[in-house]
Amino acid sequence: MRIFDTNVQLLKYKTLKAVIKHIYANDLDSIYLDIPKEIVPGPKATMRCCIYKERAIVGERVKLALGGDKSNPNIVEVIDIACDECPVDGIMVTPACRGCLTHLCKENCPKDAITIIDKRAVIDKEKCIECGKCVKSCPYGAIIAQHRPCVVSCKPKALTVNSESKKAEINVDKCINCGACVCACPFGAIVDKSFIVDCINILRNSEDGKNYKVYAVIAPSIVSQFKYAKVEQVITGMKKLGFHQVVEAALGADVDLKLEADECIKKGVMLSSCCPAFVDYVIKNFPELESYISENVSPMVVTAKMIKASDPTAKVIFIGPCSAKKAEYKLPKTGGAIDCVMSFEELQAFLDARDINVSDLECSPLDNASYFGRIFAKSGGVAQGIKNEAAKQGKDVITCVMNGIDECRIGLTRLKFKRATENFFEGMACEGGCINGALCLTHGVKNADDVDRYGNEAKEKTTDNSVNLYEMAFGKKEENQ
Amino acid sequence: MKLSICVGSSCHLKGSYDVIEELKRLVKKYDVEDVLELNASFCLGHCSDGVSAKLDDELITGLNPENVEEIFLKQVMPKIKESK
Repeated sequence: MRIFDTNVQLLKYKTLKAVIKHIYANDLDSIYLDIPKEIVPGPKATMRCCIYKERAIVGERVKLALGGDKSNPNIVEVIDIACDECPVDGIMVTPACRGCLTHLCKENCPKDAITIIDKRAVIDKEKCIECGKCVKSCPYGAIIAQHRPCVVSCKPKALTVNSESKKAEINVDKCINCGACVCACPFGAIVDKSFIVDCINILRNSEDGKNYKVYAVIAPSIVSQFKYAKVEQVITGMKKLGFHQVVEAALGADVDLKLEADECIKKGVMLSSCCPAFVDYVIKNFPELESYISENVSPMVVTAKMIKASDPTAKVIFIGPCSAKKAEYKLPKTGGAIDCVMSFEELQAFLDARDINVSDLECSPLDNASYFGRIFAKSGGVAQGIKNEAAKQGKDVITCVMNGIDECRIGLTRLKFKRATENFFEGMACEGGCINGALCLTHGVKNADDVDRYGNEAKEKTTDNSVNLYEMAFGKKEENQ
Repeated sequence: MKLSICVGSSCHLKGSYDVIEELKRLVKKYDVEDVLELNASFCLGHCSDGVSAKLDDELITGLNPENVEEIFLKQVMPKIKESK
């Protein structure tokens, strides 16, 4: 049974699981001493130079599992001591250099940065601008460009290397909390804060539903997770954790499709609002386009509002693959609809810490939404739904699917300079959509197929009944105005 | 009075949306729109008893689109008359 993609995820999981176990055992006094020793028993180091460094890093991870630096509003944080200060050599000549006669590297260098010394190319770092022309021109592939994986992964350029300490640093004014760097760092030095303690408190204080009921709103990307069990078994497992009911966020997505299609037709040009990292990217990098962002709140928030309309004392915890949701739920525009956010990684740790093996459990059904709400999990899904919804009204909406921040930048730039002809811009920060969210257990290549299958399994084939339900709770929009 | 129909996954699969549509029709037919408020609930905890509903604090189970009018007349209407 392989749950995770990497050993870094496994380490995060072990830490979270240990923290949860200690919380339930009311054994928190020496958590910073005990957990590092539990996870790194020694005597031999397996990850770093010595067990003491390994334990110190686990100690930092315990802190992040308990909520991290409270004075830092960012979700993603760097663990200084875990950052390996990867060499940032940029363009390097490797021993594969044959010292050939053509010197294509030298000939192609626009800055005269390459000289041939002892039949070997040598790069003058002072002159090199890292354009990569020599890398492309070498017939032996002997010149390579080496960059820090974290820096490369950070498309909004929020992550830089401190010139003195050589440690990775996050500029919170630029960071969109997409979590790409969390996945990209091979040393596991960048981690998302966990709010699992708050989640546990909400569940425990409900006293099995006596004081209030706790609902989980689950992201549609669940379908490509927990591959060793059925989604329906995971739902049973969640109920054993203390959730009264699990509701698909896709229900809110169904409603959003109707509301956003109406809004898009009215506005003429609109940007999607379901991906919080994309919304943050627009605000921080294209402030002039902020007014184009849909005013409708994300499916997570719509679903939670519908739950709270039916049960005013309810508490709602969102569970998904997204680190940016951990920031979104605290924003004023959500109106406190969501009480806490948990990741799929944290859910796995939570289930295991409570000794709940979901593959042994009976099934509980999960069916609240239509095909269209469920395919929000993949890139292109929102655009497809909007097109469908507009077509119902006899309108044609031309969509632009922006898959990953690089494509978002291109699409938004076209819009900014009035070069765009589309009406609806779907932006998703993670390439492939939420199924490749940073906090997924696995990022499989076939996950998009899972989403289609799951969409087709929905009882509802259109969004109509979800919209009816929303209107029953909140009245029709026209009537409200 | 409030009639909450369960729309949790189990009840949804057993047809709670059809029950709701039927109830909307009945509320109009028997002219009780002013006194009976219809709304939804995400699980009343009776997942194996057919579509469930709650009339204020009283539980009604085993609803389906076919029997909803009969149950409405038997269990809901008398309560409405009582409260008037």
